[in-house]
Amino acid sequence: MSGEIQPVGQEAQGLFGVTGSGDTSGFGGLVRPNPTAGELVSTPEPLGGYFDEILAALRDAHGEEITRSVVVDRGELTIYIAPDRTAEVCRTMRDDESLKFELCNSVSGVDYPTQANRLHVVYHLTSMTYRRRVRLETAVSVDHPVVASVTEVYPTADWQEREAYDMFGVVFDGHPHLTRILMPDDWEGHPQRKDYPLGGIDVEYKGAHIPPPDERRAYK
Amino acid sequence: MTATEHTADHAHDIFADEDAYAAERETTEGRVYTVTGGDWDELVAAVDPVNDERLIVNLGPQHPSTHGVLRLVCELEGETVRSLRPVIGYLHTGIEKNLEYRTWTQGCTFVTRADYLSPIFNETGYCLAVEKLLDVTVPERANVIRVIMMELNRIASHLVALATTGMELGALSMMIYGFRDREKVLDIFEAITGLRMNMAYVRPGGVAQDFPEEAITMIRDFLEYMPKGLDDYEGLLTGNAIWQERTQGVGYLDVSGCLALGVTGPVLRSAGLPWDLRKTEPYCGYEDYDFDVPTHNGADAWARYILRLEEIRESLKIIKQGLDRLEPGPIMVADKKIAWPAQLALGADGMGNSLNHIRHIMSQSMEALIHHFKLVTEGFRVPAGQVYTAIEAPRGELGIHAVSDGGTRPFRIHMRDPSFVNLQAIPAVSEGGLLADVIAGGASLDPVMGGCDR
Repeated sequence: MSGEIQPVGQEAQGLFGVTGSGDTSGFGGLVRPNPTAGELVSTPEPLGGYFDEILAALRDAHGEEITRSVVVDRGELTIYIAPDRTAEVCRTMRDDESLKFELCNSVSGVDYPTQANRLHVVYHLTSMTYRRRVRLETAVSVDHPVVASVTEVYPTADWQEREAYDMFGVVFDGHPHLTRILMPDDWEGHPQRKDYPLGGIDVEYKGAHIPPPDERRAYK
Repeated sequence: MTATEHTADHAHDIFADEDAYAAERETTEGRVYTVTGGDWDELVAAVDPVNDERLIVNLGPQHPSTHGVLRLVCELEGETVRSLRPVIGYLHTGIEKNLEYRTWTQGCTFVTRADYLSPIFNETGYCLAVEKLLDVTVPERANVIRVIMMELNRIASHLVALATTGMELGALSMMIYGFRDREKVLDIFEAITGLRMNMAYVRPGGVAQDFPEEAITMIRDFLEYMPKGLDDYEGLLTGNAIWQERTQGVGYLDVSGCLALGVTGPVLRSAGLPWDLRKTEPYCGYEDYDFDVPTHNGADAWARYILRLEEIRESLKIIKQGLDRLEPGPIMVADKKIAWPAQLALGADGMGNSLNHIRHIMSQSMEALIHHFKLVTEGFRVPAGQVYTAIEAPRGELGIHAVSDGGTRPFRIHMRDPSFVNLQAIPAVSEGGLLADVIAGGASLDPVMGGCDR
């Protein structure tokens, strides 16, 4: 195990998801699939509540194919859209009378290393008028990590897109000043990607070595 | 040259030959002055008024009036700020990345250290996200305890905001009073959790331990004391002509500016929009409490000062109701696959695992020992999916975007910290104003760099 970066978000084997040691539990043959891999399955419509209204307004403005996939999970609506259309969708979300999502709460990235388009960008929008929330999500590959910037629509996305660029290497097309924000300007790599090691040194205490956190035994 | 020589007969030479405070040197980009003190007028006089109309001044990152390690690059024309660029990241500690290598419960220990002035809010926001992923409901008593702790924390945080703003504008008594009274809140925290800050007290499924008996008395004493403190601050500052001059009309940001820049919390409410997540999207049972959302129409540093005082009064109301609602009951979910197994108790050497629990797992039940060991080392699994929870922190909306892949560790946690988002508004509130008002306007946004850089 030592020296090897523990992969995150991949399929787990055995009862405890631990490899490299003898399995005495008798469940070593168990394989749990990776829930974050594979095709996205849309929630069947109608979704209920205000979710359908949002989808109808979006499709009216941009056509049926604007929503690639729609998922309702734990009472939250996620709309998957194409990476080059985030800006126009956000403009509709903000300006359409029936949507009025005035506030862009958060822009964050997620790295799903087992997917082809592994870098996801997630936007959380709030309509203060109607007291609704919605999540927009888009995904790009590492080879062509370009997403349309929404800073024109939501100036608050400025720093948050810079953070997503800094941490994940997502390039926001149309951002006025896309530079690193939390890491030093000359930093190499994008720290929040799953293949970027956490780092750390092992600690010796009374002769025993405790490995750094990313090399310790992990249960999946 | 040694220090003793300086203080003796050479003392006058320093100022005669070269300016010890404002060394200047020529660079390819013009003349650079390094200012560490001394007389500003002398420096300005030394600048060629024809060729150097604009002066770029670097405030921070190590300067008491920049609220932590914040760097502000100001372009000045005389004393007027023409442009201002905040530079952040000096306190980036990789909390979000670290969370991916710890169990869900251990995550509390990390998130609490982000915004170090509102640890309870970080923990609660994070735990609400984990609980939403787990689809568990915490017991009523745990909810009431969370509300009481959050409101106490809001008071402590607002007191620091008032104290530091006072310090930066020269009202040093406010600084002393603010920190003195915040200490009373921290004493309560210490009595309840064992720690003054970064307590990791709120855990997924409830809270770490119940209120000790003396906590209720301490909180009631504090409720008694605090209104007098607030009257003192108002007596000190509200009628003070200098305070009014320094804050009124300074740091103006209206509602549309706030929404465009994503600014929430007291700054948004100071512009007149009563947007408070405790009212608009209640969590932890806030819908059952009777309190008001104060607003102001000033949209300036003065309005934010008035508003923070008002919010402390409202928090006191909520705490009082919380104490009345505190019924005996469990403080952690009943599911033993989630609830932390250790029963904490006060021993001879301080807070630790209760001896009864140790006796139980070490000499009575092998299964209890296994369960304890597995839950602590392995943690619990959280069903795959993603959620976003938002709570009203002292500085605005604290959002937690939590993604689980079904494992024992968070797959990704993103903290939408209000300090980070609100700090973007610093150029908007200070460009075109005076350099001194950068400090007043920036302080009224109340950024905390621990939360901003995470």
